[in-house]
Amino acid sequence: MMAVRRLFKRLGLLIGVCTLFAMLSNPATGQVEGGRGLDASGLQKQVESVVETAESAALAGHNAWMLMCCALVLFMTAPGLALFYGGLVRKKNVLGVMMQCFFLMGLMTVLWALYGYTLAFGGPATIEVDGQEVANPDFNPYVGNFDHLFMRGVARVWDEAAGAPHTPMAGAIPAITFMLFQGMFFIITPALICGAYAERMKFSTMVVFTILWGTLIYCPLAHWVWGGGILAYGGAHSIAGGALDFAGGTVVHISSGISALVCALVLGRRLGWGHEDMRPHNLTYTVMGAAMLWVGWFGFNAGSELASNDLTSSAFATTHFAAAAGAVAWAMMEWITRGKPSVLGTASGAIAGLVCITPGAGFVNLMSALIMGAAAGVLCYFACGTFKAAFKYDDSLDAFGIHGVGGTLGAVLTGVFATRAAWDIAEGKPLGLLEGGDVLWGQIVAAAITIGYCAVATFILLKILDVVMGLRVSQEGELRGLDMNEHGEEGYIFV
Amino acid sequence: MKKVEAVIRHFKLEDVKNALSEQGISGMTITEVRGFGRQKGHTEMYRGTEYAVDFVPKVKLEVVVSDDNIKSVIDTVMRSAQTGQIGDGKIFVTDLAETIRIRTGETGEEAL
Repeated sequence: MMAVRRLFKRLGLLIGVCTLFAMLSNPATGQVEGGRGLDASGLQKQVESVVETAESAALAGHNAWMLMCCALVLFMTAPGLALFYGGLVRKKNVLGVMMQCFFLMGLMTVLWALYGYTLAFGGPATIEVDGQEVANPDFNPYVGNFDHLFMRGVARVWDEAAGAPHTPMAGAIPAITFMLFQGMFFIITPALICGAYAERMKFSTMVVFTILWGTLIYCPLAHWVWGGGILAYGGAHSIAGGALDFAGGTVVHISSGISALVCALVLGRRLGWGHEDMRPHNLTYTVMGAAMLWVGWFGFNAGSELASNDLTSSAFATTHFAAAAGAVAWAMMEWITRGKPSVLGTASGAIAGLVCITPGAGFVNLMSALIMGAAAGVLCYFACGTFKAAFKYDDSLDAFGIHGVGGTLGAVLTGVFATRAAWDIAEGKPLGLLEGGDVLWGQIVAAAITIGYCAVATFILLKILDVVMGLRVSQEGELRGLDMNEHGEEGYIFV
Repeated sequence: MKKVEAVIRHFKLEDVKNALSEQGISGMTITEVRGFGRQKGHTEMYRGTEYAVDFVPKVKLEVVVSDDNIKSVIDTVMRSAQTGQIGDGKIFVTDLAETIRIRTGETGEEAL
């Protein structure tokens, strides 16, 4: 996400070089090598056309990759997450969770198009004055402005002067692509929370909760971290120097994970928790879903470079390595402590590794990714087992145990392992603790602020909704299952 | 006529079916069932949460035989379903009042 500024610089450099070339090869005679006759303006035109061709070739590459990533991130929510979660519930609730995922694909996209995008990304943190990049005096570091309300400044517009349509750009890609990519994150983040209130939350309340959560928690948070706000790395308004968050460790995983824990605590446990059979009804779904999440995560993390370049490859590889190490680590933990490696554990470990590498994907190097993935596999194993059992909360599908815990671990470890060799974001200054940098403090502060804000805001939202609408379905409805009770359908009809 | 209900292990079903067919038994019905006897259940672990599974999945096979054949059918099922380990299942035998073939209306042993 932070790549936008860097790309602007690169693009500027490219144009600069081309201009220089134009000036040098424009001798007084107006002749170029080979003796072909060309006047000054002809040469100028030729250079311009070369620049244009180079730019459009670069755009084609970047945009093709980023559109692919948009699709990959959407693919994570459904079928990925829908199957992952769908398999973990009892069969009377399988449609309930799949509906939560699928419905949010629609709902969050509509919100994003209308006002979500502008609340998160409206108003640039810096503006250009006489060729100099300076802080925008009108910038609000807490929430975006209404510059992009109803997709203004994003959609293509008719340029009267040029007599042609104009496409607004965001770095190396069209603003439309950037908006779409970010919009997919806006879908999956609240969808992750479904794991905590699964099998008992009223659908109507879930819809209202998610609208409010997206508006009041996600959009400001995205603005804080990626829109130049109070948690942006090295920004003018940053607290403790801000956080390195490549693809959403703070914005997506800590926020959804902490909110999930609050949901689990406020809603209370499912009926029959602790003595009824609540085994996952179809782990084959879950494993397939986890595999799809793994694949989709390449779009999520590598796509967060917002371009197709060398760092994209690095982020792709760290993502893959962390998932692999996480899967092996969790399975090994089970093997050692319980004698058998479980399939669910292995799939969960891969997801834990992916969550953990998310903030660091473009900041850490490949061997660090293995360590981060493995660490997440081990820590989340304890979070979902020992820790959850000790505190007896019903985070039904472990949204907190994996996303909250893994995300926080990832934020902290990014502060340890971040290296300028991966992304030299601070102009040569060392980054992570291991190379003598000081970003760790900013990571911890940003994680703490995110945890505090999400916990308090989610708690207040739920308490209000509890009074106004009620959070849970009736006892009878819960026993019947959400499929019948909330949607009037059954997932499985075998006649 | 007798009805034989045998609750057996899944992986023994094929053996039992083949053995009965060889003996001239021409029809049977099976159902997936769950239950427990001496075998009791087991525990399963999902992300660190343990579940006691009391009801063990088995297959219930129902076959109706003439009084003359009942002894040999019981022997055949026992022989083919046995592993010697706990959890091999049980055989229940009941008297059967009537059997009717729907297509032809034949009754009694004619309908078997």
